[in-house]
Amino acid sequence: METAADSGVAVKPRKAPLLTQKVQKNLTIFLFLVPAFALFLLFIVYPIFKSVYYSFFSWKGFGDPTDFIGLENFQQILKDKIFQKAVLNGLLIIALSLGIQLPLSLSLAIMVGRDLPGRAIFRMIFFLPYVISEVITAIAWMGLYNPDPTRGLFNAILTLIPGVEPVAWLGDMKVVMPALFVVLTWKFFGLHMLLFLAGLQGIPMEVEEAARIDGANGLQLIRFITLPMLGSTIRTSVYLSVLGSLQQFVLVWIMTKGGPVNASEVMATYMYRFGFVRFWYGYGSAVAIVMLLVSLVFSIGYLRIIRQPDFQGAE
Amino acid sequence: MPRKMFMLIGLVLIIALALSACAPAATATKAVQPTTKPADTQAEVPTVQVAEPVTITWWHISTADEHKNLWQAMADEYVALHPNVTIEIQVLENEAFKTKLTTVMQSGEPPDIFQSWGGGVMNEYANAGLLRDIDAELDADGGAWRNSMGEGALGVYSYKGVNYGVPWDMGMIGWWYNKALFEQAGITGTPTTWTEFNDAVDKLNAANITPIAVGMGDKWPGMHMWAYLVTRLGGKANFEGALLRTGSFTDAPFVKAGEMLQGLVAKDPFQDGFLGATYGDEATAVGNGKAAMELMGQWAPAVQKDNSLDKMGLGDNLGWFPFPMVEGGAGDPNDAVGGGNGFAIGKNASDAAVDFAKFLTSLENQIRLAQINVAIPVVKGSEVGMTDPLMIALQQELAKAKYFQLYYDQALPPAMGSVINDSVQALFAGTMTPEEAAQAIEDSAKLELD
Repeated sequence: METAADSGVAVKPRKAPLLTQKVQKNLTIFLFLVPAFALFLLFIVYPIFKSVYYSFFSWKGFGDPTDFIGLENFQQILKDKIFQKAVLNGLLIIALSLGIQLPLSLSLAIMVGRDLPGRAIFRMIFFLPYVISEVITAIAWMGLYNPDPTRGLFNAILTLIPGVEPVAWLGDMKVVMPALFVVLTWKFFGLHMLLFLAGLQGIPMEVEEAARIDGANGLQLIRFITLPMLGSTIRTSVYLSVLGSLQQFVLVWIMTKGGPVNASEVMATYMYRFGFVRFWYGYGSAVAIVMLLVSLVFSIGYLRIIRQPDFQGAE
Repeated sequence: MPRKMFMLIGLVLIIALALSACAPAATATKAVQPTTKPADTQAEVPTVQVAEPVTITWWHISTADEHKNLWQAMADEYVALHPNVTIEIQVLENEAFKTKLTTVMQSGEPPDIFQSWGGGVMNEYANAGLLRDIDAELDADGGAWRNSMGEGALGVYSYKGVNYGVPWDMGMIGWWYNKALFEQAGITGTPTTWTEFNDAVDKLNAANITPIAVGMGDKWPGMHMWAYLVTRLGGKANFEGALLRTGSFTDAPFVKAGEMLQGLVAKDPFQDGFLGATYGDEATAVGNGKAAMELMGQWAPAVQKDNSLDKMGLGDNLGWFPFPMVEGGAGDPNDAVGGGNGFAIGKNASDAAVDFAKFLTSLENQIRLAQINVAIPVVKGSEVGMTDPLMIALQQELAKAKYFQLYYDQALPPAMGSVINDSVQALFAGTMTPEEAAQAIEDSAKLELD
């Protein structure tokens, strides 16, 4: 600082800079960060704190909250059987996503990433569902699932088999979760496939060639070369999949509203039901906080324990 | 140096952006001033030609073409009469409307005029100061507007004696049935008692016809079945006792209604997948002749038409009968469960908006509404517009009712309405016993009403 000022005085023709290089640089960074940071504070951080505040009240959402009840909302949530059902359904979606959706995406990625003829077309078709809006997806699938065989495609096909009764896909409490999971898989496998494709690009050909020369067959190649080298991509996929499952709302709400009789309730629909349908805004906020905590604990825990090697590798 | 330049340009851009954001407001105020000034000077001249521009926002849920077009025509006529007024109409589907309205209500910015069913939900808004008191306008000119309509219908839109809205339609729920399918099943006449009704269901089942369509995924369509049974079993005293907390929602009629409902469900009278079906599915099933009956309000024929394949609905094959009496029930067989549609007035509504609501509910416009058979008008004398014999039958039945029960999910606070809807869905699914359902409703009543 002093040197800059001194040199400014010493060399006459050069004007003294108003700000030093370091301050200038920081100021630039600061100026460019301000808009994004302001939006982040206003639309993410502020609402979270506001929700925490509301969650301590019995409040209907109009006017200012006045009826302070402490942690009662949270006690109520944890005791509520419907919330427990919602958590179980969330875990079910996570388990199915990790057990079925990701392996499916991975196998498709390996298929279209390699020597399948016309793979560009397949790649596009597989990714297409992810691009379509969730609302359109939900409404289209409601049409496919329609219990009336003259209106719903699946039942139209099913009832072609003699003696088979139409299935109430979304109206049967036992069938509704698997039916929803099919839609979730259809919607999101494209994203994971794309991630895996990107990961596959990063595997050097030489390694594979070396393995082939050593006499590895296709399966061995996948087991001992592809999968281990895709490790970090798989971990990212698992992370996104779990978080997405925890927060799933649109597809479930539009297709079933969490019904019939809470059979397909997830945490987000539960929150919506209480916050916006029943006008229990304080309670709804408390549910949102619980969801936030669950997601946060998972995120931090996962990053600490499982994803650590990736970061170390990157450094 | 280049960095400095870059920074400078950046700063200039930011400042320019910030300034441009203010610009439209500045020009707008400038534009207003010259127009208001001539208006002031012309005020001495008898006709005030230039009034301040006003925008009225109006949300309605009349999605059926004929109805939507009539509303649009009325708005256009009003604008033609009042050139300073702009009317912004948002047509929303029923469920989407409820969702969207809740959000704008919580942000405290209601539309000027919006669809309302009165009762508990409207009360909640009124209580929070989100609605505009329109008593002054109703009472103007010796109460001309107020006296134009029935007291009962208007009362649905008042909270603590103050009106925050007006009705444009008031009707009742009853059974809409397919005459051809009834004939095919060998049913003569229409059932007048619960026993006869159950017989009719058996006959339809025996003839391999789906007796009843219900959209239980949306919950409220089936809820009315339970509500009607409660009303027939317990009558006015029962419900008012529970509501005013001298009685309880676990009283015998509430439980008995659940048992009778589950008795009906046990006959498997509904279309496949009814638990996940929407009201749209229900109307489609009846409109296409796939199910013989549905329990629904006065709007049912319009929705059936709109949802049927040929857009014609059942035509002359459609019939209507009131909910049958229940043997041994304390309720009068003429008691009606129903409600109607109306306009609630948002807190920010201008005088012009209230005037427009008045225009919409004028005798002339009510007759036009009646003529397209989408509503049972509330303004006295507008019955003359009604041409549909079914609507006339329904209106006459309504006139006979000694006790009028507003839909449960509208009469009660939203949280209770939602619990009732959820509990009745559970009754349909068989996951709750009638006692458990009644208890769940009573539990929420304790929270909301005590």
